[in-house]
Amino acid sequence: MNCADAEIMLHALIDGELDAGHARDVEAHVATCPACAEELKTFRAMRATMAEANLKEAAPVQLRSRIEAALAVPVARVAAPRQSLLAPWRASWRTFFGGFTIGTALSAAVAASLVIAVVRNDQNQQIASDVVSAHLRSLQAGHLTDVETSDQHTVKPWFNGKLDVAPPVIDLTAQGFTLIGGRLDYINGQPVASIVYRRRKHVINLFVGEPLGAAVRGVKDESVQGFNIRHWREAGLDLWAVSDIDAGELDEFGQKFTAALHAPGPS
Amino acid sequence: MLAPLQQPMSAASWMAGRDTMAGEANDEHDKARRFRDAALPHLDDVFTLARYLMRNPTDAEDAVQECYLRALRHFDSYRGPAMKPWLLAILRNVCNAEFARRGRQETPAGLADDEQAEATPPIWQEPQASPETALLRQQDGDTIRRLVAALPQPFREAIVMREINDLSYHEIAEVAGVPVGTVMSRLARARAMLRSAWTVAEGATP
Repeated sequence: MNCADAEIMLHALIDGELDAGHARDVEAHVATCPACAEELKTFRAMRATMAEANLKEAAPVQLRSRIEAALAVPVARVAAPRQSLLAPWRASWRTFFGGFTIGTALSAAVAASLVIAVVRNDQNQQIASDVVSAHLRSLQAGHLTDVETSDQHTVKPWFNGKLDVAPPVIDLTAQGFTLIGGRLDYINGQPVASIVYRRRKHVINLFVGEPLGAAVRGVKDESVQGFNIRHWREAGLDLWAVSDIDAGELDEFGQKFTAALHAPGPS
Repeated sequence: MLAPLQQPMSAASWMAGRDTMAGEANDEHDKARRFRDAALPHLDDVFTLARYLMRNPTDAEDAVQECYLRALRHFDSYRGPAMKPWLLAILRNVCNAEFARRGRQETPAGLADDEQAEATPPIWQEPQASPETALLRQQDGDTIRRLVAALPQPFREAIVMREINDLSYHEIAEVAGVPVGTVMSRLARARAMLRSAWTVAEGATP
Protein backbone atom coordinates (compact mmCIF):
# COMPACT_ATOMS: atom_id res chain seq x y z
CA MET A 1 0.00 0.00 0.00
CA ASN A 2 1.25 3.47 -0.86
CA CYS A 3 0.66 6.79 0.90
CA ALA A 4 -2.03 7.87 -1.58
CA ASP A 5 -4.17 4.83 -0.74
CA ALA A 6 -3.39 5.07 2.93
CA GLU A 7 -4.35 8.70 3.27
CA ILE A 8 -7.91 7.82 2.28
CA MET A 9 -8.12 4.45 3.96
CA LEU A 10 -6.80 5.53 7.31
CA HIS A 11 -10.03 7.43 7.81
CA ALA A 12 -11.97 4.26 7.29
CA LEU A 13 -9.61 2.66 9.78
CA ILE A 14 -10.29 5.40 12.33
CA ASP A 15 -14.00 4.98 11.76
CA GLY A 16 -13.83 1.24 12.20
CA GLU A 17 -15.17 0.65 8.70
CA LEU A 18 -12.40 -1.54 7.32
CA ASP A 19 -12.52 -5.29 7.17
CA ALA A 20 -9.72 -7.15 8.92
CA GLY A 21 -7.63 -7.61 5.77
CA HIS A 22 -7.65 -3.95 4.75
CA ALA A 23 -7.14 -2.80 8.31
CA ARG A 24 -4.03 -4.97 8.46
CA ASP A 25 -2.77 -3.45 5.20
CA VAL A 26 -3.24 0.10 6.43
CA GLU A 27 -1.66 -0.66 9.78
CA ALA A 28 1.28 -2.32 8.05
CA HIS A 29 1.81 0.77 5.92
CA VAL A 30 1.47 3.13 8.88
CA ALA A 31 4.04 1.08 10.79
CA THR A 32 6.64 1.78 8.12
CA CYS A 33 5.64 5.34 7.16
CA PRO A 34 6.18 8.06 9.79
CA ALA A 35 4.21 10.63 7.76
CA CYS A 36 1.12 8.45 7.60
CA ALA A 37 1.56 7.47 11.24
CA GLU A 38 1.50 11.17 12.10
CA GLU A 39 -1.63 11.59 10.01
CA LEU A 40 -3.35 8.77 11.77
CA LYS A 41 -2.49 10.19 15.17
CA THR A 42 -3.66 13.68 14.22
CA PHE A 43 -6.98 12.58 12.82
CA ARG A 44 -7.60 10.28 15.75
CA ALA A 45 -7.00 13.22 18.09
CA MET A 46 -9.27 15.41 16.01
CA ARG A 47 -12.02 12.84 16.08
CA ALA A 48 -11.70 12.47 19.85
CA THR A 49 -11.83 16.24 20.32
CA MET A 50 -14.97 16.49 18.21
CA ALA A 51 -16.59 13.68 20.14
CA GLU A 52 -15.77 15.39 23.43
CA ALA A 53 -17.12 18.72 22.23
CA ASN A 54 -20.55 17.10 22.04
CA LEU A 55 -21.62 18.88 18.89
CA LYS A 56 -25.11 17.54 18.66
CA GLU A 57 -27.58 20.33 19.14
CA ALA A 58 -30.75 20.07 21.11
CA ALA A 59 -33.79 20.91 19.05
CA PRO A 60 -35.45 24.04 20.44
CA VAL A 61 -38.32 23.30 22.76
CA GLN A 62 -40.82 25.22 20.67
CA LEU A 63 -39.85 23.23 17.58
CA ARG A 64 -40.36 20.01 19.47
CA SER A 65 -43.78 21.06 20.68
CA ARG A 66 -44.72 22.35 17.24
CA ILE A 67 -43.91 18.96 15.75
CA GLU A 68 -45.57 17.08 18.58
CA ALA A 69 -48.69 19.17 18.08
CA ALA A 70 -48.61 18.50 14.36
CA LEU A 71 -48.28 14.79 14.97
CA ALA A 72 -50.90 14.78 17.68
CA VAL A 73 -53.32 14.32 14.90
CA PRO A 74 -56.80 14.26 13.68
CA VAL A 75 -58.63 14.76 16.95
CA ALA A 76 -57.24 18.16 17.61
CA ARG A 77 -57.59 18.96 13.94
CA VAL A 78 -61.30 18.29 13.89
CA ALA A 79 -61.97 19.98 17.19
CA ALA A 80 -59.91 23.11 16.51
CA PRO A 81 -57.86 23.50 13.36
CA ARG A 82 -54.47 24.92 14.14
CA GLN A 83 -53.13 27.79 12.14
CA SER A 84 -49.49 27.06 12.63
CA LEU A 85 -49.45 23.86 10.63
CA LEU A 86 -47.95 23.70 7.22
CA ALA A 87 -50.46 23.99 4.44
CA PRO A 88 -49.98 20.60 2.76
CA TRP A 89 -50.28 18.89 6.09
CA ARG A 90 -53.54 20.64 6.80
CA ALA A 91 -54.82 19.86 3.37
CA SER A 92 -54.30 16.15 3.71
CA TRP A 93 -56.29 16.05 6.92
CA ARG A 94 -58.95 18.23 5.45
CA THR A 95 -59.34 15.67 2.69
CA PHE A 96 -59.40 12.93 5.25
CA PHE A 97 -62.21 14.58 7.16
CA GLY A 98 -63.73 15.95 4.00
CA GLY A 99 -67.09 14.43 4.90
CA PHE A 100 -67.42 16.70 7.88
CA THR A 101 -67.05 19.94 6.06
CA ILE A 102 -70.51 19.46 4.58
CA GLY A 103 -72.53 21.88 6.60
CA THR A 104 -75.42 19.73 7.71
CA ALA A 105 -76.57 19.14 11.20
CA LEU A 106 -76.28 15.45 10.62
CA SER A 107 -72.64 15.55 9.61
CA ALA A 108 -71.88 17.80 12.54
CA ALA A 109 -73.44 15.27 14.86
CA VAL A 110 -71.47 12.49 13.25
CA ALA A 111 -68.31 14.50 13.50
CA ALA A 112 -68.94 15.13 17.18
CA SER A 113 -69.46 11.46 17.89
CA LEU A 114 -66.35 10.60 15.96
CA VAL A 115 -64.32 13.01 18.03
CA ILE A 116 -65.62 11.44 21.21
CA ALA A 117 -64.88 7.96 19.89
CA VAL A 118 -61.36 8.95 18.90
CA VAL A 119 -60.67 10.82 22.11
CA ARG A 120 -61.77 7.96 24.27
CA ASN A 121 -59.83 5.52 22.22
CA ASP A 122 -56.89 7.83 22.40
CA GLN A 123 -56.84 7.72 26.16
CA ASN A 124 -57.02 3.96 26.25
CA GLN A 125 -54.33 3.75 23.62
CA GLN A 126 -52.24 6.16 25.61
CA ILE A 127 -52.59 3.94 28.65
CA ALA A 128 -51.86 0.76 26.70
CA SER A 129 -48.82 2.41 25.21
CA ASP A 130 -47.71 3.62 28.66
CA VAL A 131 -48.12 0.12 30.02
CA VAL A 132 -45.89 -1.29 27.31
CA SER A 133 -43.33 1.50 27.74
CA ALA A 134 -43.20 0.90 31.49
CA HIS A 135 -42.81 -2.81 30.83
CA LEU A 136 -39.97 -2.16 28.38
CA ARG A 137 -38.24 0.18 30.81
CA SER A 138 -38.51 -2.41 33.56
CA LEU A 139 -36.67 -4.93 31.41
CA GLN A 140 -33.57 -2.79 31.24
CA ALA A 141 -30.82 -3.83 33.59
CA GLY A 142 -31.45 -2.84 37.17
CA HIS A 143 -34.93 -1.45 36.53
CA LEU A 144 -37.09 -4.46 37.15
CA THR A 145 -37.66 -4.30 40.89
CA ASP A 146 -37.28 -1.79 43.69
CA VAL A 147 -37.93 -4.50 46.21
CA GLU A 148 -36.73 -7.89 45.19
CA THR A 149 -38.15 -10.81 47.03
CA SER A 150 -40.44 -13.71 46.46
CA ASP A 151 -42.11 -13.04 49.79
CA GLN A 152 -45.47 -11.39 49.28
CA HIS A 153 -45.44 -10.23 52.90
CA THR A 154 -42.36 -8.16 52.16
CA VAL A 155 -43.55 -6.76 48.85
CA LYS A 156 -46.97 -5.67 50.04
CA PRO A 157 -45.86 -3.46 52.97
CA TRP A 158 -43.17 -1.96 50.75
CA PHE A 159 -45.90 -0.12 48.86
CA ASN A 160 -47.23 1.44 52.07
CA GLY A 161 -46.98 5.18 51.95
CA LYS A 162 -45.94 5.15 48.32
CA LEU A 163 -49.42 4.77 46.92
CA ASP A 164 -52.92 5.76 47.91
CA VAL A 165 -54.06 2.21 47.40
CA ALA A 166 -52.96 -1.08 48.87
CA PRO A 167 -52.24 -3.31 45.90
CA PRO A 168 -52.93 -7.00 46.32
CA VAL A 169 -49.65 -8.89 46.25
CA ILE A 170 -50.17 -12.57 45.71
CA ASP A 171 -47.57 -15.26 45.36
CA LEU A 172 -48.51 -17.46 42.45
CA THR A 173 -45.39 -19.63 42.46
CA ALA A 174 -47.46 -22.73 43.04
CA GLN A 175 -49.54 -21.83 40.00
CA GLY A 176 -46.49 -21.43 37.77
CA PHE A 177 -45.96 -17.68 38.10
CA THR A 178 -43.09 -16.79 40.41
CA LEU A 179 -43.31 -13.55 42.36
CA ILE A 180 -39.98 -11.80 42.06
CA GLY A 181 -40.62 -8.38 43.51
CA GLY A 182 -42.29 -5.01 43.27
CA ARG A 183 -41.64 -1.59 41.88
CA LEU A 184 -43.21 1.83 41.81
CA ASP A 185 -44.04 2.97 38.28
CA TYR A 186 -46.14 5.51 36.44
CA ILE A 187 -48.97 4.99 33.99
CA ASN A 188 -50.56 8.01 32.39
CA GLY A 189 -48.80 10.21 34.94
CA GLN A 190 -50.25 8.35 37.92
CA PRO A 191 -48.22 6.29 40.34
CA VAL A 192 -49.03 2.60 40.17
CA ALA A 193 -47.70 -0.50 41.82
CA SER A 194 -45.91 -2.92 39.59
CA ILE A 195 -45.84 -6.44 40.89
CA VAL A 196 -43.34 -8.47 38.97
CA TYR A 197 -43.72 -12.13 38.14
CA ARG A 198 -41.68 -14.52 36.14
CA ARG A 199 -43.00 -17.28 33.92
CA ARG A 200 -40.14 -19.44 32.69
CA LYS A 201 -37.80 -16.76 31.31
CA HIS A 202 -40.52 -14.21 30.66
CA VAL A 203 -41.28 -11.27 32.87
CA ILE A 204 -44.84 -10.28 33.64
CA ASN A 205 -45.47 -6.82 35.00
CA LEU A 206 -48.77 -6.50 36.81
CA PHE A 207 -49.60 -2.83 37.15
CA VAL A 208 -52.13 -1.98 39.82
CA GLY A 209 -53.51 1.46 40.37
CA GLU A 210 -56.53 3.57 40.92
CA PRO A 211 -59.00 3.40 38.07
CA LEU A 212 -57.74 5.21 34.98
CA GLY A 213 -59.48 6.09 31.78
CA ALA A 214 -62.72 4.62 30.56
CA ALA A 215 -64.38 1.91 32.60
CA VAL A 216 -63.67 -1.62 31.47
CA ARG A 217 -66.26 -4.29 31.55
CA GLY A 218 -64.85 -7.72 32.07
CA VAL A 219 -61.44 -8.36 30.63
CA LYS A 220 -59.88 -6.45 27.78
CA ASP A 221 -57.07 -8.08 25.87
CA GLU A 222 -54.82 -6.03 23.68
CA SER A 223 -51.61 -6.44 21.81
CA VAL A 224 -49.25 -3.49 21.48
CA GLN A 225 -45.86 -3.70 19.77
CA GLY A 226 -45.89 -7.45 20.15
CA PHE A 227 -46.68 -7.39 23.86
CA ASN A 228 -49.89 -8.74 25.25
CA ILE A 229 -51.87 -6.70 27.72
CA ARG A 230 -54.70 -8.01 29.85
CA HIS A 231 -56.66 -5.25 31.47
CA TRP A 232 -59.37 -5.70 34.02
CA ARG A 233 -60.91 -3.96 37.01
CA GLU A 234 -61.25 -5.61 40.35
CA ALA A 235 -61.79 -4.55 43.96
CA GLY A 236 -61.94 -0.94 42.84
CA LEU A 237 -58.55 -1.14 41.17
CA ASP A 238 -57.41 -1.18 37.58
CA LEU A 239 -55.05 -4.00 36.71
CA TRP A 240 -52.91 -4.43 33.63
CA ALA A 241 -50.84 -7.54 33.12
CA VAL A 242 -48.27 -7.12 30.37
CA SER A 243 -45.76 -9.58 29.01
CA ASP A 244 -44.37 -11.16 25.91
CA ILE A 245 -45.88 -14.50 26.85
CA ASP A 246 -48.79 -15.44 24.65
CA ALA A 247 -52.27 -14.13 25.27
CA GLY A 248 -53.52 -17.52 26.48
CA GLU A 249 -50.91 -17.77 29.20
CA LEU A 250 -51.44 -14.18 30.21
CA ASP A 251 -55.13 -14.91 30.52
CA GLU A 252 -54.31 -17.91 32.68
CA PHE A 253 -52.19 -15.63 34.85
CA GLY A 254 -55.05 -13.18 35.25
CA GLN A 255 -57.54 -15.90 36.12
CA LYS A 256 -55.23 -17.44 38.69
CA PHE A 257 -54.55 -14.05 40.20
CA THR A 258 -58.27 -13.34 40.50
CA ALA A 259 -58.96 -16.79 41.90
CA ALA A 260 -56.20 -16.39 44.51
CA LEU A 261 -57.46 -12.92 45.39
CA HIS A 262 -60.88 -14.27 46.18
CA ALA A 263 -59.65 -17.46 47.78
CA PRO A 264 -60.78 -17.76 51.38
CA GLY A 265 -58.39 -17.88 54.27
CA PRO A 266 -54.87 -16.58 54.65
CA SER A 267 -53.06 -16.42 51.37
CA MET B 1 -92.51 10.81 -2.61
CA LEU B 2 -88.95 9.67 -2.61
CA ALA B 3 -87.82 11.81 0.24
CA PRO B 4 -89.29 9.76 3.12
CA LEU B 5 -87.77 6.66 1.61
CA GLN B 6 -84.40 8.25 1.16
CA GLN B 7 -84.23 9.62 4.64
CA PRO B 8 -83.65 6.37 6.54
CA MET B 9 -81.34 5.14 3.82
CA SER B 10 -79.10 8.12 4.06
CA ALA B 11 -79.12 7.92 7.83
CA ALA B 12 -78.05 4.30 7.59
CA SER B 13 -75.31 5.11 5.16
CA TRP B 14 -74.16 7.89 7.45
CA MET B 15 -73.95 5.45 10.29
CA ALA B 16 -72.03 2.99 8.14
CA GLY B 17 -69.83 5.82 7.02
CA ARG B 18 -69.21 6.86 10.55
CA ASP B 19 -67.98 3.39 11.52
CA THR B 20 -65.62 3.22 8.59
CA MET B 21 -64.29 6.66 9.20
CA ALA B 22 -63.87 6.09 12.89
CA GLY B 23 -61.92 2.97 12.01
CA GLU B 24 -59.75 4.91 9.62
CA ALA B 25 -59.27 7.62 12.19
CA ASN B 26 -58.07 5.04 14.67
CA ASP B 27 -55.70 3.55 12.13
CA GLU B 28 -54.36 6.98 11.34
CA HIS B 29 -54.08 7.73 14.99
CA ASP B 30 -52.23 4.52 15.67
CA LYS B 31 -49.94 5.22 12.75
CA ALA B 32 -49.17 8.70 14.07
CA ARG B 33 -48.44 7.28 17.48
CA ARG B 34 -46.10 4.62 16.12
CA PHE B 35 -44.41 7.23 14.01
CA ARG B 36 -44.00 9.55 16.96
CA ASP B 37 -42.44 6.83 19.09
CA ALA B 38 -40.04 5.86 16.32
CA ALA B 39 -39.12 9.26 14.93
CA LEU B 40 -39.14 11.78 17.76
CA PRO B 41 -36.12 10.31 19.55
CA HIS B 42 -34.06 11.41 16.53
CA LEU B 43 -35.22 15.01 16.60
CA ASP B 44 -31.90 16.39 17.87
CA ASP B 45 -30.01 14.53 15.15
CA VAL B 46 -32.34 15.78 12.46
CA PHE B 47 -32.18 19.31 13.80
CA THR B 48 -28.38 19.26 13.99
CA LEU B 49 -28.00 18.17 10.38
CA ALA B 50 -30.58 20.76 9.37
CA ARG B 51 -28.54 23.47 11.09
CA TYR B 52 -25.51 22.54 9.02
CA LEU B 53 -27.44 22.16 5.76
CA MET B 54 -29.53 25.31 6.05
CA ARG B 55 -26.99 27.44 7.92
CA ASN B 56 -29.78 29.42 9.53
CA PRO B 57 -31.73 28.40 12.63
CA THR B 58 -35.15 29.49 11.38
CA ASP B 59 -34.76 27.73 8.04
CA ALA B 60 -33.45 24.70 9.88
CA GLU B 61 -36.53 24.55 12.09
CA ASP B 62 -38.87 24.84 9.11
CA ALA B 63 -36.97 22.12 7.30
CA VAL B 64 -37.13 19.81 10.33
CA GLN B 65 -40.86 20.32 10.70
CA GLU B 66 -41.46 19.68 7.01
CA CYS B 67 -39.23 16.62 7.26
CA TYR B 68 -41.33 15.10 10.05
CA LEU B 69 -44.57 15.82 8.27
CA ARG B 70 -43.29 14.24 5.07
CA ALA B 71 -41.91 11.30 6.98
CA LEU B 72 -45.28 10.66 8.57
CA ARG B 73 -46.94 10.75 5.15
CA HIS B 74 -44.50 8.15 3.90
CA PHE B 75 -44.41 6.13 7.09
CA ASP B 76 -46.62 3.45 5.53
CA SER B 77 -43.95 2.65 3.00
CA TYR B 78 -41.14 2.76 5.56
CA ARG B 79 -39.56 -0.66 5.76
CA GLY B 80 -36.43 0.12 7.67
CA PRO B 81 -33.71 -0.70 8.30
CA ALA B 82 -32.90 2.28 10.50
CA MET B 83 -35.09 5.27 11.31
CA LYS B 84 -32.34 7.85 11.73
CA PRO B 85 -30.80 7.65 8.23
CA TRP B 86 -34.29 7.46 6.76
CA LEU B 87 -35.25 10.72 8.46
CA LEU B 88 -31.97 12.35 7.51
CA ALA B 89 -32.47 11.38 3.87
CA ILE B 90 -35.91 13.00 3.93
CA LEU B 91 -34.47 16.08 5.60
CA ARG B 92 -31.79 16.29 2.94
CA ASN B 93 -34.46 16.17 0.23
CA VAL B 94 -36.45 18.87 1.98
CA CYS B 95 -33.38 21.10 2.15
CA ASN B 96 -32.43 20.47 -1.48
CA ALA B 97 -35.99 21.21 -2.57
CA GLU B 98 -35.87 24.44 -0.61
CA PHE B 99 -32.62 25.50 -2.24
CA ALA B 100 -34.00 24.58 -5.65
CA ARG B 101 -37.14 26.61 -4.94
CA ARG B 102 -35.06 29.61 -4.00
CA GLY B 103 -33.03 29.17 -7.13
CA ARG B 104 -29.96 29.41 -5.00
CA GLN B 105 -28.58 26.05 -5.91
CA GLU B 106 -26.57 24.93 -2.96
CA THR B 107 -25.25 21.82 -4.69
CA PRO B 108 -23.68 23.60 -7.69
CA ALA B 109 -22.36 26.17 -5.23
CA GLY B 110 -20.88 23.20 -3.48
CA LEU B 111 -19.18 22.24 -6.71
CA ALA B 112 -17.56 25.63 -6.95
CA ASP B 113 -16.36 25.14 -3.41
CA ASP B 114 -15.19 21.75 -4.49
CA GLU B 115 -12.96 23.15 -7.22
CA GLN B 116 -11.57 25.61 -4.81
CA ALA B 117 -10.83 22.82 -2.42
CA GLU B 118 -9.20 20.93 -5.26
CA ALA B 119 -6.91 23.88 -5.91
CA THR B 120 -5.78 23.91 -2.33
CA PRO B 121 -2.75 21.70 -2.01
CA PRO B 122 -3.36 18.71 0.20
CA ILE B 123 -2.54 19.72 3.70
CA TRP B 124 -0.36 16.70 4.40
CA GLN B 125 2.18 17.95 1.89
CA GLU B 126 2.62 21.17 3.76
CA PRO B 127 5.35 21.38 6.32
CA GLN B 128 3.76 21.03 9.70
CA ALA B 129 5.54 21.93 12.87
CA SER B 130 3.55 19.58 15.05
CA PRO B 131 -0.02 19.04 14.02
CA GLU B 132 -0.99 16.90 16.95
CA THR B 133 0.13 19.41 19.56
CA ALA B 134 -2.06 21.93 17.80
CA LEU B 135 -4.95 19.55 18.12
CA LEU B 136 -4.18 18.73 21.69
CA ARG B 137 -5.13 22.28 22.45
CA GLN B 138 -8.83 21.74 22.55
CA GLN B 139 -11.00 23.97 20.48
CA ASP B 140 -14.23 24.87 22.14
CA GLY B 141 -17.48 23.58 20.72
CA ASP B 142 -18.43 26.87 19.11
CA THR B 143 -15.18 27.12 17.20
CA ILE B 144 -15.49 23.54 15.96
CA ARG B 145 -19.09 24.21 14.88
CA ARG B 146 -17.97 27.28 12.98
CA LEU B 147 -15.20 25.36 11.25
CA VAL B 148 -17.50 22.50 10.29
CA ALA B 149 -20.16 24.93 9.07
CA ALA B 150 -17.58 26.59 6.83
CA LEU B 151 -16.81 23.37 4.94
CA PRO B 152 -18.17 23.13 1.39
CA GLN B 153 -21.36 21.16 1.05
CA PRO B 154 -20.72 17.52 0.22
CA PHE B 155 -17.90 17.43 2.77
CA ARG B 156 -19.88 19.27 5.39
CA GLU B 157 -22.77 16.84 5.38
CA ALA B 158 -20.44 13.85 5.27
CA ILE B 159 -18.53 14.93 8.36
CA VAL B 160 -21.69 15.94 10.24
CA MET B 161 -23.38 12.63 9.52
CA ARG B 162 -20.26 10.74 10.53
CA GLU B 163 -19.08 12.64 13.60
CA ILE B 164 -22.29 14.06 14.98
CA ASN B 165 -25.10 11.87 13.72
CA ASP B 166 -22.90 8.81 14.15
CA LEU B 167 -23.94 7.16 10.89
CA SER B 168 -21.96 4.35 9.31
CA TYR B 169 -20.36 4.82 5.88
CA HIS B 170 -23.06 2.64 4.42
CA GLU B 171 -25.81 4.78 5.96
CA ILE B 172 -24.16 8.02 4.83
CA ALA B 173 -23.91 6.57 1.33
CA GLU B 174 -27.63 5.82 1.40
CA VAL B 175 -28.59 9.25 2.64
CA ALA B 176 -26.35 11.10 0.20
CA GLY B 177 -27.10 8.71 -2.66
CA VAL B 178 -23.45 8.04 -3.47
CA PRO B 179 -21.25 4.91 -3.34
CA VAL B 180 -19.51 4.02 -0.09
CA GLY B 181 -16.13 4.72 -1.71
CA THR B 182 -17.22 8.30 -2.35
CA VAL B 183 -18.21 8.66 1.28
CA MET B 184 -14.75 7.47 2.30
CA SER B 185 -12.95 9.96 0.08
CA ARG B 186 -15.30 12.80 1.05
CA LEU B 187 -14.61 12.15 4.70
CA ALA B 188 -10.87 12.09 4.07
CA ARG B 189 -11.14 15.43 2.30
CA ALA B 190 -13.48 16.86 4.90
CA ARG B 191 -11.10 16.00 7.70
CA ALA B 192 -8.09 17.31 5.82
CA MET B 193 -9.86 20.62 5.18
CA LEU B 194 -11.09 20.74 8.73
CA ARG B 195 -7.60 20.19 10.03
CA SER B 196 -6.12 23.01 8.00
CA ALA B 197 -8.90 25.37 9.10
CA TRP B 198 -8.36 24.15 12.63
CA THR B 199 -4.66 24.92 12.50
CA VAL B 200 -5.43 28.42 11.22
CA ALA B 201 -7.97 28.96 14.00
CA GLU B 202 -5.38 27.71 16.43
CA GLY B 203 -2.89 30.26 15.14
CA ALA B 204 -5.48 33.02 15.53
CA THR B 205 -5.99 32.19 19.20
CA PRO B 206 -3.43 33.83 21.41
